[in-house]
This record gives sequence, structure tokens and C-alpha cells, in this order.
Amino acid sequence: MSDVTKGPASEPRASGLPETPRLVLTLALAGLLSGLAIVGIYRFTLPVIRANQARALQAAVFEVLPGAERMQRAVWRDGELLAAPGEATGGDAEAAVYAGYKADGTLVGYAIPAAGAGYQDTIRLIYGYDPATRRIVGMVVLESRETPGLGDRIFKDPDFVAQWRDLAVEPPLELVKGGATEPNQVDAITGATISSRSVVKIIRSANAEWLDRLPAADAAPALVEDAAPASGEQRGGPVPGGRLE
Amino acid sequence: MSAAGTGPGSGREPSQLYAELIKGVWKENPIFVQVLGMCPALAVTNTALNGVAMGTATLFVLACSSLLISLLRNLIPKQVRISTFIIVIATFVTVADFTLQAVAPAVHRELGAFISLIVVNCLILGRQEAFASKHPVHLAVADAIGMGAGFTLALTSLGSLREILGKGSLFGFPLFGDSFQPWVIMILPPGGFLMLGMMLLAFAWFKEKRQKALLRLDEEAA
Repeated sequence: MSDVTKGPASEPRASGLPETPRLVLTLALAGLLSGLAIVGIYRFTLPVIRANQARALQAAVFEVLPGAERMQRAVWRDGELLAAPGEATGGDAEAAVYAGYKADGTLVGYAIPAAGAGYQDTIRLIYGYDPATRRIVGMVVLESRETPGLGDRIFKDPDFVAQWRDLAVEPPLELVKGGATEPNQVDAITGATISSRSVVKIIRSANAEWLDRLPAADAAPALVEDAAPASGEQRGGPVPGGRLE
Repeated sequence: MSAAGTGPGSGREPSQLYAELIKGVWKENPIFVQVLGMCPALAVTNTALNGVAMGTATLFVLACSSLLISLLRNLIPKQVRISTFIIVIATFVTVADFTLQAVAPAVHRELGAFISLIVVNCLILGRQEAFASKHPVHLAVADAIGMGAGFTLALTSLGSLREILGKGSLFGFPLFGDSFQPWVIMILPPGGFLMLGMMLLAFAWFKEKRQKALLRLDEEAA
């Protein structure tokens, strides 16, 4: 960052300037150089961050759809679910789901990304849905800023996460305290009720949006692109230490 | 602007350099003695790894900011110095934030919002105002590295103790058998306060014992 020091140093000795312009100049210069530095580091790290996100998303899709080994991005367009190859970052402008297939090409289910307000910031998650049994088969939180030690148990608490491996979607999901008894009930985490409720709310609204659109195996979007794990085509390539949970 | 020779008393600088470097680790430890930067110290130290990551990120921001502020210390007008410090600190925090996101997304996910909150860590602004803006570059950097190392050390020990008691593991490796019943409160926010309080107590106790021992030595010598 030594180039940052050149700016102010190349100015004429500022003591000759009147006070106010000098103050304005200093702050403007600092802001300008800071802006340049931030843009620089943003552009430099963006491809790697994107690649990390794509890999995290892919790993998440295979995690929430047990048995899936291949995936296909699909979008809802003109009343139809269509296969739509695209960069799988999870942060798409167009709402997309990811169909997961077994190695032989039979549909396992759909991984549905969803987002909504958490306790502190937006929670982004993805969950697996099996249209044959009409059940949720897995859930992974992709991004959240819930309180460490409390709210972050929505993805750290093994009991809470395990509940999502087999949940009925009808009647709509319900959050209960002190033990779920029905197949559509989710047991809230003690000390993280708001975060638990947020997750249920996010998935409920995503269910309302997507479930009727997702066809069963016989009408599923065709597998057009092979997205086997660790495809080296993402810009940036593999990142050391970029371990995914 | 050359780094050396601007400070007074250049004859005894090697020892002064060493003193500035070492004081932050123990004698003026940011956590245990100055009790600065409590927000990250309590919030993210539920595991040893988080403590190391937070400490290292803070060390990076502190060292870079001190270097730059010390270089520019004669050019920054007094009236806008705090805002300039904050701009510099925020820039380096953003650099650290993006870099961590690219290099170690798992750690970044763990630390969450607390990386961006390094900007308002009073330890960093405090060192700029109290030291870097008044001392030559090599002393400022030594001071920053020492303080950063002391901060990292404190966060790591806090995180290690909390992880051992609250999870029965250290750096993710389980230490005890299945019969271990984790003391869950230790990894929750109140556990941070409890553990920090106990560590401050132990620190103060050691210090007092040492002072008493020194006094006794003086008396015996007299």
C-alpha cells in the first residue's frame, strides 16, 4: 500500500494553504485513495469469491439432495421449468432452482435457494425437496450473520439441522417449542427462537412460490450440462484453504 | 520521508524498538491490561480458531494502519486526524474482509459481521491516536505488531479455554472421550464474560505476586 503515500506527499507543502481548503483536500484525497484501494481489492478478489460461492452452492445442492451426483440449474419461464445453464453462485438475479440427478440421470429432487430476514441480517439457505414424496429432504444455510453461539445454531445444531432431512410440506410448516410431534413441525432451538422462526418462514414462503412449479421425475428439466464436482472451469481455480463445511 | 533518524534519541533506538515491540504482548496487553477491544474479544472467541483468525485480522489492520499513519503523520492536519485515521483503518478492514472471504470462506462465515466491526475496534484507533501519529515509522510498526500480537495471544488463549470447557476440543480436535459433558455456557456469550473475568483475575493476581516479590527483594537488598 506504499503507493497511497505518494498522493499527499506530492502535494505542495500544505502549510501555505488556507486552513479549510487544506482540511477538505486532505479528506477528499484520503477518501479517493481509499476508494481506489477498495475497488482494486474488490476486483482482485471477486473471481475467487465467486468461485468459492459456486463451489459452496454445488456442495450444498449435493448435501440437501442425498444421492444426487449431478445437478442442473433450472428457471421458471413462461409457465414452465426450463433447464438454464448459468453461473451457479446462488446470488442469481433470476430466481433459479437446482435439479439434482443420480449418476444415471434420474431425478432425485430439487434444491431450492431461498433468502429472508434473520435476526441480524439476511439468511440465505438452500433446501432439498423431493417431488415424489412431497417432503423436504435437507437444508443448508449458505450465508447468515446470526449471533455467534446462539442464532448460528440454525446450521451448527445437529438436532435442528437433522429435522430438515424429513419434513412434510403439507400442511404448511410449523414452528413449535419443546418437541415436534407432527411430520410438518419443526422444533425451535432454545435461545434462538427468532432465528429458527426465520428459517421456517423463509422456507414456507419459498414453498408457496416453488412447490407447484416443480414437476415430478417424468417431466423434470433435462440434464443438459454436466456439473460434476470440482469442474475447473470457474475462473480463479481451486483455492488453498477454501474448505467448505 | 525516511523512517530512521526522525525520532529523538537515535542512539538508544534498538532497545527502544524492542521495548515498543514487546510491551504490547504482556506489560500493556490490550485485553488483559488495557481492556480494549472487548467487543471482538468476547463475541468471537468461542473457539480457538476464531480467536486466531480475529487476532490475525486485527494485527494486519493495526500494522498497516500504523505504518501509513506514521508515514503521513506530518501531513495530516490536526482537525481532521480522527476522520483520516478512520478512513485508513476502514480501507484496510475492507481489504482484510475481501481477502479472508476469498482465501478462507469457512473462517469468514464463522466470524460473520465481526470482521467489518474491526473498524470500530478502539484498540486500533487508540494506537493511531496515542502512538503512530506521534512516533517514527519503525517504532509505530513495532508498537502495532506488539499490540496486535498481544491481542491475538489474548484472543487465542480466551478462545482455547472456552473451546476446551464448552466443547471439549481444541482447534477442532476432540480432547476428551465421549463421557465428557461440555459446559455449554462457555461457548455462549455469557461464557465470554465469565472466562475473561477469571483470566483478568488470574492476570492481576500474578502481577500482584510479582510486585510483592520484587518489593521483598528490594527490602532484602537494602
